[in-house]
Parts: sequence; structure tokens; C-alpha cells
Amino acid sequence: MSEVKNDGFVGRSIPRKEDQRLLTGKGQFVADLKLPGMLHAAFVRSQVAHARIKSIDLSRALKAPGVVYAIAGPELAQMLPPVPDTQLSLPRKWTTRVQHKFQNPQQPLLSHDKVRHVGEAVAVILAETRYQAEDAAELVEVDLEPLPAVVDPIAGLTPESAVLHEQYGTNLIGDFVVEKGDVKKALAAAPRRIKRRFHHHRYAGIPMECRGVVGSHDPRTDTMTIWSACQVVHWLKREASTVLNMPEARIRCVALDVGGGFGTKGHVYPEDLVIPFLARAVGRPVKWIEDRFEHFISACHSRDQIHDVEAGFDDDGRLIAFSDNFYVDCGAWNPIGSGIAYNTAVHLPGPYKFDHFFVRSRIVSTNKVANAPYRGAGRPEATFAMERIMDMIAAELGLDPAEVRLRNMIPAAEMPYHLGIPYRDGEMIVYDSGDYPESLRLALEAIGGLDAFRKKQRAARAKGRYLGLGLGCYTEGTGVGPFESATVRIDPTGKIYVAGGSCPQGQGMETIFSQIVADVWKVEPKDVVMSLADTSGVAMGFGTIASRSTVTLSGAIHQASEPLRQKVFSIAANMLECSAGDLELRNGAVGVVGVPGNEVTLSTIAKAARPGWDSARPQGMAAGLEETAYYEPPTVTWAYAAHAALVEVDPDLGRVSIDKYVIVHDCGTVINPMLVDGQIHGGAVQGLGGALLEEMSYDADGQILVGSFMDYLVPGASDMPHLDLVHMHHPSPLNPFGVKGVGEGSAIAPPVAIANAVCDALSHLKLEFNETPIKPEKVVRAIWNARR
Amino acid sequence: MTKLVDIRLTVNGREYQGQCEPRTLLADFLRDHLDLTGTHVGCEHGVCGACTVLFNGEAARSCLMLAVQAEGAKITTIEGLAQGGQFHPVQKAFHENHALQCGFCTPGMLAATIDFLNTNASPNEEEVREALSAVLCRCTGYQNIVKAVLAAAAEMRAAGNAGAQAHV
Repeated sequence: MSEVKNDGFVGRSIPRKEDQRLLTGKGQFVADLKLPGMLHAAFVRSQVAHARIKSIDLSRALKAPGVVYAIAGPELAQMLPPVPDTQLSLPRKWTTRVQHKFQNPQQPLLSHDKVRHVGEAVAVILAETRYQAEDAAELVEVDLEPLPAVVDPIAGLTPESAVLHEQYGTNLIGDFVVEKGDVKKALAAAPRRIKRRFHHHRYAGIPMECRGVVGSHDPRTDTMTIWSACQVVHWLKREASTVLNMPEARIRCVALDVGGGFGTKGHVYPEDLVIPFLARAVGRPVKWIEDRFEHFISACHSRDQIHDVEAGFDDDGRLIAFSDNFYVDCGAWNPIGSGIAYNTAVHLPGPYKFDHFFVRSRIVSTNKVANAPYRGAGRPEATFAMERIMDMIAAELGLDPAEVRLRNMIPAAEMPYHLGIPYRDGEMIVYDSGDYPESLRLALEAIGGLDAFRKKQRAARAKGRYLGLGLGCYTEGTGVGPFESATVRIDPTGKIYVAGGSCPQGQGMETIFSQIVADVWKVEPKDVVMSLADTSGVAMGFGTIASRSTVTLSGAIHQASEPLRQKVFSIAANMLECSAGDLELRNGAVGVVGVPGNEVTLSTIAKAARPGWDSARPQGMAAGLEETAYYEPPTVTWAYAAHAALVEVDPDLGRVSIDKYVIVHDCGTVINPMLVDGQIHGGAVQGLGGALLEEMSYDADGQILVGSFMDYLVPGASDMPHLDLVHMHHPSPLNPFGVKGVGEGSAIAPPVAIANAVCDALSHLKLEFNETPIKPEKVVRAIWNARR
Repeated sequence: MTKLVDIRLTVNGREYQGQCEPRTLLADFLRDHLDLTGTHVGCEHGVCGACTVLFNGEAARSCLMLAVQAEGAKITTIEGLAQGGQFHPVQKAFHENHALQCGFCTPGMLAATIDFLNTNASPNEEEVREALSAVLCRCTGYQNIVKAVLAAAAEMRAAGNAGAQAHV
């Protein structure tokens, strides 16, 4: 862990402000909320994948003890519109630059015509206790007429396939192309070509806290408060305004302490809107806490892409052309539209330089839980395809995979590098800073050197032990727009109040933004009062997805603070009878540069700025010390990393043991090194879980085969290795603090690093692992087949 | 209406008397009847371990136990670990080593760690990882938790109190 040396708080590993409450049981999660008269909701969910709803009989449930209210999809559909499709917002620049066609089905709040996946809600019960609500839910009789299930996205595009959303006559709900150069010609002319299919399987964020919503309506003021364990309270306010037909000004949305999100809680779900609607309808607060089984069958899954890649390269291993037709197994709904697939498309080139690129993405409806972003959001799939290809080029030419990468990487001297394709904000991609070859060299150094490993590998193989090295290099656009908001206010006590649109779930934002604000205002972190994840703090905000909050909220804080500082200096100059140009911020005060003691405190200045009889502000100046800013980033900053995994494969048990795992990364300026390390550790273990253990599997009828932690394996402490981290620091030139996002990065490379390592360990058998997860049975079967 | 049963138990050194349905889970009783919401429910099937409490001094899943089974028991939850406003050494080590992010698994992690260190005062990393596999964490990747447990063990040894803490 390297510390940035300065006299401020940015760059220091300060323990978190959040810990005091979370370590003593005084945190407050949505499940902990109790309101007078509160009712409890339980949803009735489909047990089949695809069917027409014939009838839903609530009569027995309504007579059950404690039941107050129940409603089924067909009745609710008469009263409420579906989830608005404003979550899918395509920037104007993007729509003009990218050939695309999207037809986005809007999810009803409860199913009313058909059910489209196991777990889709068809009715909801309200009762005095949760136990009673669950008892009654079992008494609901749902009559369904089964339809054939669509479980394979490629088969789902054939004319004989069943169709989920019949209004479109096809399961193809999204289709776009990104290209540069002339791939067809370049592939035809390339000295060598490789063609492969890759499948990055379905897994999910699995926060330890499931979803949860509490809604409470105040009839006196006709105001609604929604507490949701979500990452985007301002989106929720916007969608609730539409669905509940209320002005945004009458809706407050709050995310309390949230027990992990990872993207799974990064958009508005039907339950977020049904619960407040019910609270208003029955005139009592309503609480719904998702249980773990419900989470598996209704909270969004992710990944699940099939890639058909063709790569052309020369005899030196230099990539010339890369073509990829990929299919997203999207599940029944597509809440984030182009988000994941477009991320995949533009992250395929990664750190490599080549001239001809073509990608076509097809997003296909299937009878599974909807696919939405999970940490990495389309990038792990892209990195899997490109990094497997790099290893295949090496294998074909008898070169080391590290050497092939170094030959193809963009040299540091060519930064900033224009990639020649647009990002999803519509701006043309420019890798802003960094040294990709150096990241790989540092990774090789951290594993003890490539030559030393190869020697050890050969010696081990001679003894029948299979060691492998797997690399995974990627670039990652972070800190995406459109904007983030901050209100900065100088409190009469001299404390600095900051409200922002970001919405944390454990990242430690109260701490890191306190560090930033402390440096901007020359106070201490304890003097900063943070208000996040509450729409009453600031009217417009975006939220915490896409590795964006450190970048965008720090930008907003900076942007709001600058005019506020000028105002503070004007007032202080008036009081100290000097020029504002002679002033500086110091220790919670404003003082004359070079004259210790000649200063006024921020508290005094804040009081002077108040409106009214006792105001002491200069004539003509508006009262108050508060500024709100909306930071609109010019485009994304580019983080990157090189991962190196050393594994040993047990050929008899198929077990893949990780002997060493190295991560070299660059997230620009580091605000709190200890917290950045924590982000990287967590993401990497999620990526390793996806590589080896976790899988949302379905059978041919669309029946989900996991429903508990007994069959969906989240990595435990003893499954996972110690991670070795190496930090590089190339500050982004795009924002005031030089920061790049770090939230998602480390989950991107582990699946392919592990796949490459296993292939490397078994290279004598010429085995390829082009599908995840790499479970023991697959390894054993592959070895057995190869030896047969 | 199901007949309610009486229950008497001691939680964090305080005696409670209450009534609940026989089917009430201990986790729900702690959270809903005693308002001790620091104990979290992450799976309700005994795998994730977030609901782990100290039950007569030993780590136990409060979601796999009925409240009536806790009749007469002495339970410690996360709310009962700090004494006189001072962190328990395990809490302190978690804070200093950034061993928690969202804090949802933390009550279970603390209980599992305290129980473990009561039985093994000088563990190595492998033993710590084995012990912590009783509780799932999705945020930290476990690395800083392992570090914190080793740090807590060292501090508790140094303080000569590797054994039971207060009413644990």
C-alpha cells in the first residue's frame, strides 16, 4: 500500500467514519425500520418460466389470519402503468454515431398477461406480520397455461422459437454494430486466423443484504417516503413520480445503510414502486424484505454472453483484425437497455493496438431473470474473449502469452490514445493516461519473474504436477456521466455540509468525501457532515453505479466549492479589511497569508452571511453560504489493470488451487489507499467466485436450479487466496483530483486469468477452457476426453 | 391465532421476558421483539452466517434456532460487545484494518471471531480462514478480515485476556 505524501487528508488510510455504527449494531438497514401501524408484504411468484395467466384467485388468501389487503397483476394493471423505460437513456451523440435498434419491453409492476420467468411476481399480500403474509401467499391459486420456454439466446432467434414479448414478433430486443477499419478485408488478408466461441456464464452480485422497500404515505401533506435498499434513490424518485402520479417534490427516497449492491440494486425494480403504491392505497406504511430464495429468482442476474470471435494476426503475433458477434442472454426484461452490451463492445479492444474492429451485439429475451449490471457490467465478458484470444495467438506461434501481449499493447508514449470508436456517452474514446506494458511487467515481477515461473512449471510437470500462469489485462472506462450533484453549505458552526447524489452501499463514501472536503476547505474530516442517498439533500442526482462516484461527486464538490470559496473570501476580506487575493483557508478559518492570527473562522463568516438584521455581508451580496453544482464529466477516465494468477490443477479431482494472485492497477489519485485496497480485494474475490464457483443454472424448461447458498456457491474465506496488490498512479487529466473509478475493476479479469492459467497448466494436453465457470467436473471431464 | 408461549432469556447481560409464537425464529425474536436489529438475516437457511450470535458463549446461527430454544440462555449480540463505550478488541481490529465494508455480515463475523479466538488464541492465517468460512462476506474478499482477526488475536494475547470477554 503506497501512501501519497502531502499535508492533507487525501491519500491517507484513514479508518472509516461509518464503522462506529456498523460495528456496534447501530447501523440501520431497511429491514431494521419499524413504523407505527406498518404492514408486511409477501409476493406470490411464478413457479414456471413461461405461461399465460388464466386466473389468480386471492379469495382464500384474503380470509387468512392477519391479512389486510391483496392484489393480483390483472387488477393492478388497471391502476398503474409499468416501470417507466427512462432507465434506458441513450445519449443523442451515441444514437447518431452507433447503428442500433432497441425495442424495450416495459415491465409491469405485477405480471398480468403472461409470466416470463420463474420468480416473476403475480400478486402481493399485505398482513399484520411477515409470517402471516407468507402463510397467506401460499393460499393464492394461480392458474397458468404453460408455454414453451426460451432458454438459449441463439435458439431464441430462430423462427420456430416461442416469443416472450409478442408485440415484437421476435426475441431480438436490442441490436447494434460498432466498427472501425475494414474487418472483412483485413481478416481475409491476415496471415493467420483464429475462430472461437466463448461463453461467459450467468452469475450475479449476491449482496449479503437482499433487496427491501418500505413505503409510507402521509395523507395530510400527500407526501410519500420510500426507503429502498438501492443504489439510485434519485432514479427511484423519478420513476415513482411517474407511476404514482405525484410531483417529485412530494416524494422523498432514502437508502439507509445498504448491505452491498454491486449493481444488483442499481436500478428501479417493480417492488420499489408497488410497495409505496400499496402504502398509499391502504393508508398504512408497508414493508417488504426480500428473502434469499426470492433474491435468487427475482433480483437481476448478470453476465451470460456467447461470443463468436474471429481474430486475424501476423506471424509475429500482432493482432490485425478482431471481429465478434455476441449474444446477450437477457432474461425476460432489459432494465438497463444498451448498458451492459455496449460496455462489452467497446471494452473488447482493451489495452491493445489494432486497426480493424467489428462487433455486433444481439440482446435476446429469454425466460430467465432479467439481466442487469453486476460489478464490471459487460467488461468481464469482453476481457474474457480478448484475453483468451491473446493466449491462443501465443499458443499457435509458440510464444509466451506475456510476450504476445507486450507486442500488442499501446506503448505509454502513445498516450493519450484515440481508440476510434465512441463510448456510451457518445464521446469518441480516448485512453487518457497510463502505461499498460508497465502494468504487465510489474505483474510478472510480482509473481517472481516469468522465467523463474516457467522453470518451476517445467520441473513440476516432470513430476506430474500441473502449474499454470494466467494473465488478464483490461482497460475500463470509469466515472461516466451524465452528471452528479453536490450541495455544499457552510454551517453556522463552521462545519461543512455536503449533500450529494451518490448512494453508497459500503464503499466508505462518508469517509473519502470527508477527506476530499477537508482538503478543499482546510478543515478536518470530522468537521464534514455528509448527506448521501437521500433525495431531500439535493433535488437532482444520479447515483452509484459504473465506478463513477469518486470521480463524479468529487468533481461536483469541487465545482460547488469554488464559487462558495470566493464568496467566503469576499465576506472575510470585508471583515478583515483586506483584499480577497491576500486570503487563504486554514484550520477552519480564513486568514491573511503570512499573518498568523489575523483570521476569521468559517463559523463567523457563515453567521455574517445569514440574511436579516444581523447580516454582516458586503453590500449587494446575496445571503447564505450554499452552492449546488452539477458536474458533467467531459467523458470517462480510463483505469486499467494487469492480473496474474498462478494456479495448480489437480488432474484427478479437477480442483484449481490458486497459489498466487497478483493485481497491478491504476486508479489515478488514490483518496484512501486502505479503502481502495478493500475495493480491489472484494471485486477480485467476486471475479474468482464467478470463475470457479458461482452459477445461475437453468434447465431446458427454464426452471432455475439454484435457490439457496447450498447450490449457489459464494466464495468463503477458505476458498480464496491472499491477493498481492501493486499500485500505479497516473492521475486522470480529466477531473480536478485526477481520480479514476475503482469500484468494479478487479472483478473484470479473474475469470479469464483463471481460464488462461488452467489452460496453461494443461497445455501439454492442448485443452481449451472457453466457458466459465471452471468447475472441477469440467476439468476432470476435459482431461479425461483429452487422454482418451 | 397460534397460542403464544412465554420466553425468558438474557441478552447482553439484561434479562428479558416475552411472548412469541412457537415458530418464531431466534433471529426474528431478537430483531422484532427485543429491537436488537444489529443481528442481521442474510439467508434464513443457515449458510451465510450474518445472524450468528454468541449463545451461552458459543457461536450459533440465530436463524436456525427457534426463540423457544433460547429459554434460559445467555446470548450476546453485536450490541453487547463494546463495554463502557470502548470497542471489544475484535471490533477495534476490524475498524483499524478496514475489515468491514457494508457491515451486513459484520455481526456474524464478530461473533464467529470471538468464539474462534476463545478456542484458539494464536491462530495462523489458514486457521483463521477456515474459521471464517462459517460466515460469508461479499464485500471485503476476506483479506482485511483475516488481517483483523490476526491483529485482534495478537492484541488479546498481549493484554493477557485471550479468554472470555465480559459476559460473552
